[in-house]
Amino acid sequence: MDLSAINPILLVASLMVAATPILLAAIGELVVERAGVLNLGVEGMMITGAIVGFIVATATGSPWIGFLGAAAGGAALSLLFAVLTQFLLSNQVATGLALTLVGLGLSSLLGQNYVGIRAPSVPSIHIPVISDIPVIGPILFQHDPMVYVGLGICLGVWAFLKYSRAGLVLRAVGENHDAAHALGYKVIRVRVLAILFGGACAGLGGAYLSLVRVPQWTEGVTAGAGWIALAIVVFASWRPGRLVIGAYLFGGVTVLQLNLQLVNVPIPVEILSMAPYLVTILTLVLLSAGRGGAMGAPGSLGKHFHASS
Amino acid sequence: MKRRTLLASGAGAALAASLGLPLRAQDGPLKVGFIYVGPVGDGGWTFQHDQARQAVEAHFGDAVETIYQESVPEGADAERAITQMVLQGCKLIFTTSFGYMDATVNVAAQFPDVKFEHATGYKTAPNLATYDARFYEGRAVIGTIAGRMTKSNKIGYIGSFPIPEVIQGINSSFIHARKVNPDVEMVVAWAYTWFDPAKEADAAKAMIEQGVDVVMQHTDSTAPQAAAAEAGNVFTFGQASDMAAFKPTPRISSIIDNWAPYYIKRVQAVLDGTWESSRFWGGIGDGEVLIGDITEAVPAEVKAEAEALRDAIGSGAYHPFTGPLSKQDGSVWLAEGEVATDEVLSGMNFYVEGIVGDIPS
Repeated sequence: MDLSAINPILLVASLMVAATPILLAAIGELVVERAGVLNLGVEGMMITGAIVGFIVATATGSPWIGFLGAAAGGAALSLLFAVLTQFLLSNQVATGLALTLVGLGLSSLLGQNYVGIRAPSVPSIHIPVISDIPVIGPILFQHDPMVYVGLGICLGVWAFLKYSRAGLVLRAVGENHDAAHALGYKVIRVRVLAILFGGACAGLGGAYLSLVRVPQWTEGVTAGAGWIALAIVVFASWRPGRLVIGAYLFGGVTVLQLNLQLVNVPIPVEILSMAPYLVTILTLVLLSAGRGGAMGAPGSLGKHFHASS
Repeated sequence: MKRRTLLASGAGAALAASLGLPLRAQDGPLKVGFIYVGPVGDGGWTFQHDQARQAVEAHFGDAVETIYQESVPEGADAERAITQMVLQGCKLIFTTSFGYMDATVNVAAQFPDVKFEHATGYKTAPNLATYDARFYEGRAVIGTIAGRMTKSNKIGYIGSFPIPEVIQGINSSFIHARKVNPDVEMVVAWAYTWFDPAKEADAAKAMIEQGVDVVMQHTDSTAPQAAAAEAGNVFTFGQASDMAAFKPTPRISSIIDNWAPYYIKRVQAVLDGTWESSRFWGGIGDGEVLIGDITEAVPAEVKAEAEALRDAIGSGAYHPFTGPLSKQDGSVWLAEGEVATDEVLSGMNFYVEGIVGDIPS
């Protein structure tokens, strides 16, 4: 065992990269759930975003247009979910699961001609002066821009939910859609917009996998990341701040356990492999148990709304 | 199949029927099923099995019909998937991953009339054969190249599951890397998955951050190749499939699984009624393990050395596990000139001397 082989600076830097796809998908789902909709199709929207982003990026040569395409692709798939659940009142759980299956199938169909192709690379930002600060520079300021976009979206969502009027309306719709409707808010419209936002974020998260983290297209590239994002939303008790902690913790322990394996730490590999899940669940449970009056699920989560009821 | 070709083939079949051509009158074509652990587009293990399936279709034409199911989880659900294939009328079923072993055994016991072939396992039955490839022969060749190419003397190995097939590969590549470079060390990371591109990329990146400059993998995606390409100055080897998109670097050679000859042989045996349960373990000499193109990034003398080793293994002149070899704890495993038996290899659960770390139990 030689722990000195692990470079803590590189470790923290790669943790941020490992966490970003989950973070993006989870923050989108958080908004969806805060509006009272349970969309279990995150995995499907992520992988659709991954392939659409990859196709657009290779076609245009620009990863940024690729990310835009991915967001559009994820949002397009989520629109299907929105139409089915908000207008046709189908069961949200079943529709979400079906959306995952559709996304997986659709992506492998779209991706047939893209296996083994290299994507245009995403350059890391290198800002003079602050990038060169020892320790902090490589950890915080030498990433690709999407890492910051992910954090920026989280910050934006937090501010939106906490301080803006529109955020208050969204939360009202999620907590009690009948009351919100009685006050004259357009429940369906708010929810459709939230679902589209969730789809776009999941698409971005998927494209981050296929364009930055892996970076290439292989079928099943998300390999369950969407489900982890869903779990993190719940364990973060629907709060953006905790969600960032959860995603970074998960990404961090994922990277750390591989590093520990490589230096032969005398801990069984099975336990190391389990660690990301265990640590994330434990921490978030402790976080929400520790503070009194921790917020639970939005009151109308997963319930149908129809103006007649 | 495009609708037009579907119509055309339908018309063709109708025409053939009306002309009274022999269309295998008794009960239609032989239906052959394949259970895959990953998607057919993984670019690695499953991709190669699917290539072989297509070779079977091309070889037998209308006499055989194949179906497959991809991304079947290893474990209890596999039993359902295999049973489903039996109920769909398959008379021969290939289950193409180690983790399907018990599921295949259980289903085979229920349907004695159906023939089963399980890849890389060790349990057989009268209607259940096993087949495997001597990947460790290929690992010996790329281990030699890795030992010559590393500058940091640190080779990384991304393992999937701690099963004999993978451990053989780790040992074989380490033995041959060290033979040409006594300073070589090997670090092993267990991914506990056959296919998870993000995790494989993470493992490769973690290795590279720790100073590894040659990465080998026993997982199925091309993600480690992409991670190495990004890092630069890191070499990799294609696994299961050629992974030619990453030539000339980082991918400097590859081990290719070529299942087509075996599949064709076994399907033929069922058609002829001569199928019997057996254990087949083919290697370089049988054409089941191929060494992919060694790129120009490898110096000519190293390439020649690797090819000579490949040919010696192929002709049977050299066995990758030839003594003297010791186990990790220093106890003698093989005496001078002694060759490992297939029984020991197929249950291999120990590292050879020089590899640091424990195999997860």
